[in-house]
Amino acid sequence: MKPPPFEYHAPSTMAEALDLLAKLEDAKVLAGGQSLIPLLNFRLASPAHLVDINGIAELEYVRERDGGVAIGAGARQSDVEDDKTVRRICPLLAEALGQVAHPVIRNRGTVCGSLAHADPAAELPAVLLAAGGEVVARSVRGERRITAQDFFKGVFDSALEADELLVEAWFPATTGPFALVEESRRHGDFALAGAARSGDRLALFGVAPTPVLADPTDPSHGLSPSGDLEATPAFRLHLVEVLVRRAFAS
Amino acid sequence: MIRVNGRERPDPTNVRILLSDYLRHELGLTGTHVGCEHGVCGCCTVLLDGRPVRSCLMLAVQAGRHEVTTIEGLAGEGKLHPIQQAFHECHALQCGFCTPGFVLAVAGLLAKHRKPSDLEIDEGISGNLCRCTGYASIRRAVRRATELSK
Ligand SMILES: Cc1cc2nc3c(=O)[nH]c(=O)nc-3n(C[C@H](O)[C@H](O)[C@H](O)COP(=O)(O)OP(=O)(O)OC[C@H]3O[C@@H](n4cnc5c(N)ncnc54)[C@H](O)[C@@H]3O)c2cc1C
Ligand code: FES
Ligand code: FES
Repeated sequence: MKPPPFEYHAPSTMAEALDLLAKLEDAKVLAGGQSLIPLLNFRLASPAHLVDINGIAELEYVRERDGGVAIGAGARQSDVEDDKTVRRICPLLAEALGQVAHPVIRNRGTVCGSLAHADPAAELPAVLLAAGGEVVARSVRGERRITAQDFFKGVFDSALEADELLVEAWFPATTGPFALVEESRRHGDFALAGAARSGDRLALFGVAPTPVLADPTDPSHGLSPSGDLEATPAFRLHLVEVLVRRAFAS
Repeated sequence: MIRVNGRERPDPTNVRILLSDYLRHELGLTGTHVGCEHGVCGCCTVLLDGRPVRSCLMLAVQAGRHEVTTIEGLAGEGKLHPIQQAFHECHALQCGFCTPGFVLAVAGLLAKHRKPSDLEIDEGISGNLCRCTGYASIRRAVRRATELSK
């Protein structure tokens, strides 16, 4: 038994989940668990309540909406990656998903969970930003749409309130050339630095507390990435230049 | 109730129990190995409704609505599954610690791609670590398994 004590809730409808989130003090949503369960196992997180959304069938969808694709909070990364609508309308998202962790992790991990987790080195937040997408957040208080630019606030920090469920992510259609390029120490690891290109728009990840939009002709302008055991700030800046050149070469 | 290898098994004794620990400690199915417990090594991989997942990254209670297959349940009693046979023939294991995870990850790979390309094979086994056999013979075993599975 590794996770610290918590009370477990398994709502079967979205309404029930929203009620629980409104009512409970210190609750965390459990989606794919591919980030949250490691945090619990290491006891880096110890929420009083877990609200497991895996039993909510109405959140498991991928559909065309407003010229883009809408991904429900229950949709697994591997299903979205293989989805024909996604491949047709938003090939950038499919391309990026192929580089998120490993196939076995993607069998559980969700697209919305990755956005909510707001890891600065994750691919999908940068894709949402480069594509100009948005998320739909819901609580008992109502629904709001948050653009990618307003959603990512800091390291593991998003604009979601404690009682809100990220119910859907919306990615606009990929128009024009696109690319998702990254460099990591081992295949499937989080990137040391990466770039998502959607047409003329460029978002970088792994080099700031959140994914950031950048100018393709001067991508490292204003950046001051942090250094760690795996890469110095200077090496990350070098990677940015190389990766952006690759992303715009095609 | 949780369905494991085709049998109904009692619920976990506590909601905090990971699926990996439930299988090992409460059901005695010690073929599911546990290494890192944060999703990196892959040796705890099991099939959930036929798809490989990390059992260290799931609560056992979450398996309630699903069918779990562990390495013990892959082939019939006393038999080898074609993937196990292929690992045997190609010397794809030494200490065997990583093997159950690899075999089940490969089962997921072959369920999706009946004839995987070299890239798909590498992608399919990239989430599993082996510290003694080396990946060349594991790769060979995957190719051999596609022949044996025909
Ligand atoms: C070995 C390994 C390698 C990995 N490599 C990568 C990688 O290269 N790139 C990458 O991007 N990711 C990687 N990941 C993380 C993986 O993609 C996660 O699946 C993802 O970040 C989180 O999605 P989840 O559905 O598993 O969310 P969970 O782990 O269930 O939740 C993560 C966080 O988001 C919150 N949350 C989840 N869903 C919602 C929601 N709908 N509404 C509100 N809050 C929510 C949770 O409360 C929690 O705080 C890796 C994970 C592992 C184990
Ligand atoms: S023990 Fe589960 S991945 Fe290592
Ligand atoms: S056979 Fe020993 S770790 Fe793979």
